[in-house]
Amino acid sequence: MDTAPISRGFKSRREERAPKNRLPPGQHVTTDFPVLSAGPTPLNTLEKWTLVVQLGGSQRGKWNWTEFEALPQTTKKTDIHCVTKWSKLDTTWQGVTFDDLLKAAGLAEPPAPYIMAHCDGGYTTNLPVADLIDGKGMIATRYEGLPIPAEHGGPARLFVPHLYFWKSAKWVRSMRFMERDERGFWESLGYHNYGDPWKEQRYEGD
Amino acid sequence: MRAIESVALPVRRLEWQLAQVREIVVETIRVKSLRLHVTGWQGHRPGQHVDIRLTAEGGYQAQRSYSIASAPEDELLALTVERVNNGEVSPYLVDELRAGDQFELRGPIGGYFVWTADMSGPLCLIAGGAGVAPLMAMLRHRDGQSSRPLTLLLYSSRSLDDVIYREELDAMARCDPKLGIVYALTRKQPEGWTGQRGRIDKALLARVCFPPEQNPKIFVCGPTTFVEYVATLLVELGNDPLSIKTERFGPTGG
Repeated sequence: MDTAPISRGFKSRREERAPKNRLPPGQHVTTDFPVLSAGPTPLNTLEKWTLVVQLGGSQRGKWNWTEFEALPQTTKKTDIHCVTKWSKLDTTWQGVTFDDLLKAAGLAEPPAPYIMAHCDGGYTTNLPVADLIDGKGMIATRYEGLPIPAEHGGPARLFVPHLYFWKSAKWVRSMRFMERDERGFWESLGYHNYGDPWKEQRYEGD
Repeated sequence: MRAIESVALPVRRLEWQLAQVREIVVETIRVKSLRLHVTGWQGHRPGQHVDIRLTAEGGYQAQRSYSIASAPEDELLALTVERVNNGEVSPYLVDELRAGDQFELRGPIGGYFVWTADMSGPLCLIAGGAGVAPLMAMLRHRDGQSSRPLTLLLYSSRSLDDVIYREELDAMARCDPKLGIVYALTRKQPEGWTGQRGRIDKALLARVCFPPEQNPKIFVCGPTTFVEYVATLLVELGNDPLSIKTERFGPTGG
C-alpha cells in the first residue's frame, strides 16, 4: 500500500518497553513465553532419546542423552523473535553448538550446504548450514538454567535466534545434510524459506 | 511428516490490503466481530488467519494476527476479537473502531490448521474461549454444504454469557442432526444447567468425542494451557498425534 490509513485514537502502549534497535519491524515485546506448535506436545523419555546427524542415507553421528550431555556446553543470552509478532528479550539458552556437534561427528567441514531438522511429531525445518556454523546455531537443552519444558521443545530444540523462531525447531531428533535446499513444514505452507526477522521475511514472497 | 520438495513457482507476496469495517457485531461483553470488506481479497480456507496492521498518528505501527471466523463463501471477511485488558491493539479494535473505519490487512496465512468440506472423516472441534473463531469458519463453511460430515463442537467458556456465536451455533445444531454441540461452562452455570460444569476433562472427552477408530479430524484452539491439556488427553485416549491440529492463542495478542 502506498499510504497506510491512520487509525485515529490508536496509540502505542509498548514503545517504552521496546528498545527500537532490538525490535525487528512488526514485532512487539512480550514477557511471557507463548507456545506455538502445530500439534500435541510429544511425550519423550530421555532413555529413548537420541540425536542423529545424517548425510545422504548414512548416519554420521548418533548420541544418546548421556553422551549428548557430555559434549561441550555453550551458553548464549540473546533475543528471540516469533513470526507471530512477539519478541522476547535477553533469553538464556544452553546447549551444544552446531560446530561442536560437527566435531563430535568427526566432520572437519560441513559435508553439504543445507540442513533439514527432523523432529518428534513429524515437524521439519530447513536451514542453510551457513546459518548454523560459527556459533550461530546450537542444539539447546536448557532455558534459563533449567531443562527446557516439553511444551517449549524439550528435551532438545534447535536454537537459531537470528531467524524467526519457527526455525528453532522443537523436539529435534535428526540433523540431515542436503546437497540441495528442500522446504520444511511451515516453509511448505506459505511461510518464508529463510525467515530473517530484520527483513521481515514472514511469508513466502516477503 | 515428509518434507515436500520445493517447486519453482512464481511467488506472489502477500501484499497489505485495505480493509473497511462494514459492520461490528457485539458477541459478548468482551468480544466483537468485525465484518470487513477487503479490496481484492483472494479468498481463504476455513482455519486460516490474517495479519492486521494499525498505524497511529506519527507513524507508529503495530501488527497482530487474528483468525478468520467467516466461511470462504461469505461476502464479508469476519474477524472475532477479544479485548485483552492492557493490550495495545485489541482494546482499540473492540472499543474504538467504528463502521466505515479502515486499516491494513494481509493474508490468508497458514495452511495446516485448515478444514475444507472435501476432507473425509468425522470432524471434532474443540474450542476454549475465543479459540472458537477459526472453528466457526469451519462450521459456517460446513453448514453451506449439501453433504456434511458428522461433527462435534466441544466448547469451553467461563459462562453461558461468554459463549461466542451462541444463537447461530444453536440454530445450526437445531437444523442439523449430524452436528452436536457440547458446552462446558467453567465458572458460572445458569440455574438448571444440565450440561458440563467445570473444565473439559478426560472423562468428558472420552464420552463425547469420536473414538480414535473412526479417524476423526481433530482441531483444538484456545489459550496455550487449554490446548496443551486437551491435546495431551486426546493422545492419551488413543488418538494419533498427527490427527490433532492445534492453534494456540498466546496471552500476548494484546
